[in-house]
Amino acid sequence: MTAAATSSPAISVALIGNPNTGKSTLFNALCGGRVRTGNYPGVTVEKKSGRADFHGRQFRLVDLPGTYSLAPRSPDEMVAVDVLLGRRKDEPQPDVVLCIVDASNLERNFYLLSQVLELGLPTVVAVNMMDIAEKRGLKISLDLLAKQVPVKFVAVQANSGKGIDELKQALADAAKPQAMKIDSPFPAAFQHEVQQLGLLTQAGEEPLPRYLAERLLLDTSGYLTSANLPGVSQQLLDELPAARERLLKAGLPVPAVEAMARYQWAGEVLKSAVVRPKERADTFSDKVDGWLTHRVFGTLVFLAVMFVLFQAVSLIAEPAAWAIDWLVAKGGDLVTWLVPDGPLQSLLANGVVAGVGGVIVFVPQILTLFLFIAILEDCGYMARAAYLMDKLMVRVGLSGKSFIPLLTSFACAIPGIMAARVIENRRDRLVTMLIAPLMSCSARIPVYVLLVETFFPDQSWLGGVISLKGLMYFAMYSLGAVVGIGMAWLLKLTILRGPTPPFVLELPSYKWPGLWIVLHRMFEQGWAFVYRAGTLILLVQIIVWALAYYPHDPRSQNAQVLAQEQSLQQSINGYDATLELLALKRLRIGEKTTDGQAITTDIEKLKKERAATKEELDAVQNQIAGTYLETSYLGQIGKAIEPAVKPLGWDWKLGSAAIASFPAREVIVATLGTIYNLGEGEDEESQSLRDQLKEAKWAGTERPVYTVPVALSVMVFFALCAQCASTLAIMRRETGSWWWPIFTFFYMTTLAYLGALLAYQGGTWLGL
Amino acid sequence: MTPRTLAQLKVGEAATVALVNGADEISIRLMEMGLVPGTELRVLGVAPLGDPLEIEVRGYRLSIRQSEAARVQLNS
Repeated sequence: MTAAATSSPAISVALIGNPNTGKSTLFNALCGGRVRTGNYPGVTVEKKSGRADFHGRQFRLVDLPGTYSLAPRSPDEMVAVDVLLGRRKDEPQPDVVLCIVDASNLERNFYLLSQVLELGLPTVVAVNMMDIAEKRGLKISLDLLAKQVPVKFVAVQANSGKGIDELKQALADAAKPQAMKIDSPFPAAFQHEVQQLGLLTQAGEEPLPRYLAERLLLDTSGYLTSANLPGVSQQLLDELPAARERLLKAGLPVPAVEAMARYQWAGEVLKSAVVRPKERADTFSDKVDGWLTHRVFGTLVFLAVMFVLFQAVSLIAEPAAWAIDWLVAKGGDLVTWLVPDGPLQSLLANGVVAGVGGVIVFVPQILTLFLFIAILEDCGYMARAAYLMDKLMVRVGLSGKSFIPLLTSFACAIPGIMAARVIENRRDRLVTMLIAPLMSCSARIPVYVLLVETFFPDQSWLGGVISLKGLMYFAMYSLGAVVGIGMAWLLKLTILRGPTPPFVLELPSYKWPGLWIVLHRMFEQGWAFVYRAGTLILLVQIIVWALAYYPHDPRSQNAQVLAQEQSLQQSINGYDATLELLALKRLRIGEKTTDGQAITTDIEKLKKERAATKEELDAVQNQIAGTYLETSYLGQIGKAIEPAVKPLGWDWKLGSAAIASFPAREVIVATLGTIYNLGEGEDEESQSLRDQLKEAKWAGTERPVYTVPVALSVMVFFALCAQCASTLAIMRRETGSWWWPIFTFFYMTTLAYLGALLAYQGGTWLGL
Repeated sequence: MTPRTLAQLKVGEAATVALVNGADEISIRLMEMGLVPGTELRVLGVAPLGDPLEIEVRGYRLSIRQSEAARVQLNS
């Protein structure tokens, strides 16, 4: 490290730009892998910062959310303005603003640039995608641009890393303190009004930055006037309507004056520096777009893309779950082998290892999904999907942008909630995240399979095309979607009420997705999930483990059963010792000899006997485990809540199993297995668990627990309940508040209870 | 006679913007995206379900709903 690097503080750079300009790519190209993500407190905006070294100077980059305009109309949009003006306590004012613009679309990108320049901070402009502009026949002279706008323009190719060194040099140069005077694009009368407003700053406070005074005058949406900005006096707010009135009389209507002034400025600046072709060439992208938004072909391609996406995520779920179950089993075995029997062993094997497994089991699905989403996003198709689906989503009060997150949630709500980030409108984003867990995710499949296959007959119509079981699966999937749509409608009518947000969506040019960009985004999301959600999920898993393990009082066990276990264990040990001895003996005298062959027969016979004894031992051990579970806190809770779950047709065992599956719903099958004394590791295909369920009786009666209405009630409960700690943890992360996951937990659990009640009582009334 | 709006434009037709009605978030957003008086635009297509529209403006493609397009008055 050079002397300069140790003596001078890092140069802070804020990166801003329109969406679809390659901003994230540029950010990654500048920072390499040294990126940190988090949330700004109180808002749903992701905070992303990174570090870079260049010429012995350190840089600290902050990636601001992509935006078309620095005109805040919500707390989320205010973050970028506050960071740039140095008005946030958690972020220093940047030394340099780096504004990235799309060379093929300079006019609209210069709208934002014109706002950035007004902040008066040293600014560097990265002109990205010069190649696309050239293909369109645009000739851009950066020298001529720099003559009109006194900031540094650097041509970059963010996806290939071209121009990054020049850009770093420009950033280092720009960081030197220098006076920058850039003329306001606004007419004189407007500037005068802004100046007058600036004088009305509250006494004793820092003067209000000119940019904010301007925004107050321009913001007719009413957000800024009610935002309680520091430094804004009541006198200033009272003056706004009169100022707007004066401007209207002068032929400068607010808010239109801003767009007109800035686009006029952009037009003038670009007039000499950009030479446009007379005829706009029909590019490859235009031709592709013609097909992909076509009435028939566009719809077909869309359905095909969605099918492949959904299939890929569902397909990866099963082998991934299998592989991770295997790893968890091996990990558990390892722990059992390393750690002596007791609470620590159980905590490590059933709490920690199973808990870690519960976290990573989602990772392959998240990675697959984000691979697809990153490809679709990077090539420009995502905006078209929103375009195609908007009309459908408007009917439930959402927009086309909610479609992909909700569809994704059918595979897994976690990536679905993460995918909701693309929705700019806060209310729409929240509604989408809140109903995402209602979509029937892959973790509900084991419950559906177990109950449908056990309790519904093989009945089919139309020569097997329509089967009763198939209809039941379809019904369960539809239930989540229908209830979700209803909830969206209800939320938009009540707590998330607000005007329909504009759709106004840019349809970016198509391009080939960049391999590194796609992979980077995929792993970024995977890591965000493991790191952020993982810790919390683990904690919840351990709590449930403790409830199911303690008090673990041996006095609760039947002494005879314990003795039986011990004697069976001893005979197993005896078999093992004898078998080892015989094997050694056979090795000594040779396998081919007569004596050797006799030993082989003995070995076979003993092995069979050992297997029979082992089966007996397993049964006894399962009985012991079942008794421990029954007397555990979880079992006690299950018994305590039995009156509450009885109207759903459940006994205490089902109640306990439902409680134990709140951290992760897929554990229900294993929990039921344990409760019905079958040992852990049962899967939904196991015949014995199904038989056990069919034979289960209410204590002291001959009345079966599981009837068709009970099976229905359990399935409805699992379809609607928020039984996934990971989902709630990721919701906490994405919304930046505990309120929304808590709300989701309660509304879904209530819905689940009511739904299950309705299913059981209705089913019983119908005589099913 | 009421002035013609963007919502009435047929696929393939071009026109210039006269003004955008209203002073709320939707109008501001439309103007920020470049739909200011004097801007040329062209309707490229309509989504399969009849809404929204795809238009070309200032050299890029933008999708807006019919209800939003109805705020954009065109020069005759």
